[in-house]
Amino acid sequence: MFLGHAITAQQLYGQLLIGLINGSFYALLSLGLAVIFGMLNIVNFAHGALYMVGAFAAHFLLHDAGLNYWWALILSPLIVGAFGALLERTLLYRLRGLDPLYGLLLTFGLALVIQGVFQNYYGASGMPYAIPPELSGAHNLGFMFLPNYRAWVIAFSAFVCFSTWFMIEKTRLGAYLRAATENPTLVRAFGVNVPRMITLTYGFGVALAALAGVLAAPINQVRPGMGADIIAVVFAVVVIGGMGSILGSIVTGFVLGVVEGLTKVFYPEASNTVIFVIMAIVLLIKPAGLFGKAA
Amino acid sequence: MPEPVSAAAEPLLAVAGLQAWYGESHILHGVDFDVSQGEVVTLLGRNGAGKTTTLKAIMGMVTKRKGSAKIAGGETIGLSSDRIARLGMAICPEERGVFASLNVRENLMLPPKIAREGGLTLERIFALFPNLAERLNSGGGKLSGGEQQMLAIARILRTGARFLMLDEPTEGLAPVIIQQIGRTIAELKREGFTILLVEQNFRFASTVADRYFVMEHGRVIDAFANSELSANMGKLHEYLGV
Repeated sequence: MFLGHAITAQQLYGQLLIGLINGSFYALLSLGLAVIFGMLNIVNFAHGALYMVGAFAAHFLLHDAGLNYWWALILSPLIVGAFGALLERTLLYRLRGLDPLYGLLLTFGLALVIQGVFQNYYGASGMPYAIPPELSGAHNLGFMFLPNYRAWVIAFSAFVCFSTWFMIEKTRLGAYLRAATENPTLVRAFGVNVPRMITLTYGFGVALAALAGVLAAPINQVRPGMGADIIAVVFAVVVIGGMGSILGSIVTGFVLGVVEGLTKVFYPEASNTVIFVIMAIVLLIKPAGLFGKAA
Repeated sequence: MPEPVSAAAEPLLAVAGLQAWYGESHILHGVDFDVSQGEVVTLLGRNGAGKTTTLKAIMGMVTKRKGSAKIAGGETIGLSSDRIARLGMAICPEERGVFASLNVRENLMLPPKIAREGGLTLERIFALFPNLAERLNSGGGKLSGGEQQMLAIARILRTGARFLMLDEPTEGLAPVIIQQIGRTIAELKREGFTILLVEQNFRFASTVADRYFVMEHGRVIDAFANSELSANMGKLHEYLGV
């Protein structure tokens, strides 16, 4: 297992931290994907591109509008979420009731267009985004140094994920979402404007992606390709957790991030592929996903 | 055409030449009937006659509709189902449609109030269906058939909808529960609700119905009042193949 070289505690905790950070992004992104898939029956391939747009929106807000990180945390999801709602209202709604394959193709095309536009304008290299001064520095925990910004990312992501889960599973608004996911025709016949719910749900899922983008901006660089880099892993996470399972995507996201991090410590060669290997195994044993309900 | 129960008042629901499609299937070929305020009207017919489709078509839940469906004098043929619901219509579907991902309380409270008055209070609903009060936190998927039926009826009573469409409310239920549902429908009729009922069990229907329309192959082929039921028994048995 140790392959001949000693692992320091520093390396272990360092990679665990990176794993938790990545896990936070995996959780936020797969949560948005799960919510969208549950309601719209669409596999939103544009999700990574919209995460990227969220990061770029934060950069634009800071450098062109003078609005700092804390503004970006609120405004970027709102702006990009509204853009997502517009996409749903104009393009995606035409696919309602059709085979999910069409949604996959359309959102895949959208991802390419969005990424292409940003690449054309900004080039392929990345732009930095500064860590907000309130979160700079680190705390010495004794066994490791914990950078404040990274602690914030993990804590805030967990908070957003838990709040979303709570809203969906325990509130009246969430009951409408769950019911419309199960039987949209009947919910509409009770007098609920289901088409509007669907538009807002897509917007909400996209807003979560944009939020992840803002959180990621100070850590990774703001690059047009950042969405494409992460989306494959996020889809693997969703498949493992189970499409449409809210809790499944959150838990699986965090856990797989840590697994990836630990693999980097103990068997670095496999760290790029370990999640996909797990996905293959889950598909063979329980295709509906670890938390999914059999279709 | 049958003699109308009340010739003077305009019917609350007037269906004329109603056609409906599920996808490519042309199910209704021109349905004509009417329901007056406060009446209980029953649609009878064999399986596949189009009774369920008629209810769904009135509610706007089919793929395509043509013809006329006037509610309180206003044409609704072009309206979406949420707009029709807000006119005061509610449906209790044949499959009941209890949401398994919601608990009983959430199911009960889900349909929004579409009128400020006219809905039953929760106390009244629990008085009509005491078992529901005990099962409020159970998952929707864990209920028995009878409990699901009661929940499906109860949740549309809260909303203020005064025109209820009940599709086979007694199907597959124990006699004791069928009696309870019969008492409930009679009670609702006394309170002034208008009810359009689909029932195979016409013995049950005869305890509450004012008029009957018989359907076959997507059309209404006969109609008679409750007082004429015994006189038409022979014809009925032929229509229903019983």
